Amino acid sequence: MRKQLVLQPRIKETGLQLIKGYNFAYLDEGTKRMIRRAILKAVAVPGHQVPFGSREMPLPLGWGTGGIQITASLIGPDDILKVIDQGSDDTTNAVSIRRFFTQTTGVRSTEKTWMATLIQTRHRIPETPLRAGQIIIFQVPIPEPLRFLEPRETETRKMHGLSEYGVMYIKLYEDISIHGHIATAYMYPVMVHNRYVASPSPIPRFDNTKMNRMPALQLFGAGREKRIYAIPPYTTVKSLDFEDHPFEIEKWDHCCALCGSGESYLDEIVTDDQGGRLFVCSDTDYCQERRAVGHKGSLPDAVKMAITRVKRGD
Amino acid sequence: MSVHDEGPLLKVMGVTKYFGSRVGCRDVSFDLWPGEVLGIVGESGSGKTTLLSSLSGYLEPSTGTVKYWMGQEGLVDVGRLSDPQRRYLMRTEWGMVRQNPREGLRMRVSAGANVGERLMALGARHYGKIRSEVFKWLDRVEIDLGRVDDSPETFSGGMLQRLQIARNLVTKPRLVLMDEPTGGLDVSVQARLLDLMRSLVSELGLSLIIVTHDLAVVRLLAHRLLVMRNGEVVESGLTDQVLDDPHHAYTQLLVSSVIQP
Amino acid sequence: MEPMIVIDSLRKSFFLHLQGGVTLSVLKKISLEVKAGECLALCGPSGSGKSTLVRLLYANYKARDGKILVRHQGQWVDMVKAELRKVLEIRKLTIGYVSQFLRVIPRIPALDVVMEPLQREGIAAHNARRHAEDMLTRLNIPQRLWGISPTTFSGGEQQRINIARSFIKPYPILLLDEPTAALDATNRRVVVELIQDAKERGAAIVGVFHDEEVRDAVSTCIFEMTFDGGQA
Repeated sequence: MRKQLVLQPRIKETGLQLIKGYNFAYLDEGTKRMIRRAILKAVAVPGHQVPFGSREMPLPLGWGTGGIQITASLIGPDDILKVIDQGSDDTTNAVSIRRFFTQTTGVRSTEKTWMATLIQTRHRIPETPLRAGQIIIFQVPIPEPLRFLEPRETETRKMHGLSEYGVMYIKLYEDISIHGHIATAYMYPVMVHNRYVASPSPIPRFDNTKMNRMPALQLFGAGREKRIYAIPPYTTVKSLDFEDHPFEIEKWDHCCALCGSGESYLDEIVTDDQGGRLFVCSDTDYCQERRAVGHKGSLPDAVKMAITRVKRGD
Repeated sequence: MSVHDEGPLLKVMGVTKYFGSRVGCRDVSFDLWPGEVLGIVGESGSGKTTLLSSLSGYLEPSTGTVKYWMGQEGLVDVGRLSDPQRRYLMRTEWGMVRQNPREGLRMRVSAGANVGERLMALGARHYGKIRSEVFKWLDRVEIDLGRVDDSPETFSGGMLQRLQIARNLVTKPRLVLMDEPTGGLDVSVQARLLDLMRSLVSELGLSLIIVTHDLAVVRLLAHRLLVMRNGEVVESGLTDQVLDDPHHAYTQLLVSSVIQP
Repeated sequence: MEPMIVIDSLRKSFFLHLQGGVTLSVLKKISLEVKAGECLALCGPSGSGKSTLVRLLYANYKARDGKILVRHQGQWVDMVKAELRKVLEIRKLTIGYVSQFLRVIPRIPALDVVMEPLQREGIAAHNARRHAEDMLTRLNIPQRLWGISPTTFSGGEQQRINIARSFIKPYPILLLDEPTAALDATNRRVVVELIQDAKERGAAIVGVFHDEEVRDAVSTCIFEMTFDGGQA
């Protein structure tokens, strides 16, 4: 993944006021109840998509309204919220969503994964393993993993109901016949609790293994498609594969240039017009924590400072 | 699938289908034994396609039963099967070859994926093994193995029809329903297709029900014949006997209308 | 020798709807018996129903009155009343039929056409092929034609394929309808030999022979039919 060097004004989050005239967390209590019912249903049937009455939110469709509605229906005054986008706490989306919740709830927010009770995420699962009692909320564009091969909703519902998942394997078969291996890099379909095939949202396949038997509750919200699904703690989640082409995660030849980690998902950053690039952890909090305890990457300090500033949005 | 010798594979009893007050087909009964080919002939509007749809479960008959022999359970009423059971049956022991092969194939995935789909739907999870089954069946229907990864959009009509057959046969069904399988194909292509079906029937012990208006097709392939007109079976018997010694007025008309080249 | 075919009071008429409902009575009360090792020649003027009788024996035509009993695997079966599956079984195992026309499926090579009756019984392909090759050689079909479909053959060649196919398997009953019609003298002699061989092994044969020489050479009894489909 490439990120261009872009200068961004730093948003001062101190001094934000609770906005008057809105209910706690923006949604009315009736809506929250409706969403919680949907969540309960989803948790009761792991991986099964539950329809819900998605509301108009002050963000356009396609910008995480599903995830926001789940967070809004669950968040309480004692919660500590973390919001990330592509692994970073400081990209535009993460900042906007965190600010939305701060303004409508006054709830504390954090960048530290270990400290958060609610984590709303787009496109990544944090590297730091999550604990029992935490909830991670995924933003999902297309909740239906079969949609690409079967456009009819009536048909896909039947297929899920009858466990007819042959078509998913067609996709994997085609990948192997064309590329020699399964080429799906993100949104890699998973079998939840040996029953339902679900989309893990557009996370890289690297993160799929984290979903298996995760101690935290995983919730998935699609606002535009109006669906919620869930993976309860300690549920089996298996990525679809073939016996002779087992599921594999991405590997890099590099380590993080900042903290030296060889185990995290790395972003590729283009540094100049001559093709210079370096690799850094996508999960900014993880990278910072490692550096705080003394891990170092291969990069000189000056450049490190510059990179950190870029990622922070200065 | 075990060989069974104790009775018919399919028992059709009094199948009737009304569309409102209009008769689609009325009171059709026959038995089909393993390895038998039954031809159903008639002109447009004769009810033959309605009958086929009623047998395959695509339409629900107004009255009558269709029973299929299913191993230890013996003869099972197909109409009483649950939706998942029927879908499973259609995917394993039964095959359906449609007149328009585009309706019976997934046009947006490769030929190989089309053939392998049923195997994957039934739980096959070894790519190498699936692939070799795919090659085996493409070869059997005389499709060039080099086309395995091609889209069916690039196939000719005859190739599409053969691909549809391969797609159905990969799970070794015992009964295949065919609706005008040679419709719209060039004569030489028809000949090739019929030849293929003949050898598959004798090699695999398949039972076929072929619905067609083409008497030459049934002459070549079918052991027995049902002649339908206005929804009713007007004559039935051995194929050569019905065609050479037709008794019913309509059969006589049909047979005499065929232009001999 | 034991009887293999018994026909009792067989009648056959055709009702032609398309010709204004005309009834054509072709056979009027035929009874006959054929024993193993016998060759019954049907004789009579044109229109006397000889071919019709042969076809009725094969169940190619359907009769309504009378009995056509054939000895099939030690049992008597009435072809008129038998279940269709039984008739198919009889055609497969007991009765061979050389009709006047060879119905050919395009694309199937002559050798395969001749091999088929043996393969249907489960005989291994290489054995079946050997027998077929012997048979075709005997009937003077040149080797270059073995791999070609008979659709392009001459009438005489097609007739010989027909014969090969019916004589390759030792059917207990053989029905021959003008088997030498399109053949030259050499091949007529071959067919006569084949029929003699069949008689010797105990086959019961019913035939229509236009060629008097052939008829005299092979038949053990004559069945005269009258112009109106009765027996003389």
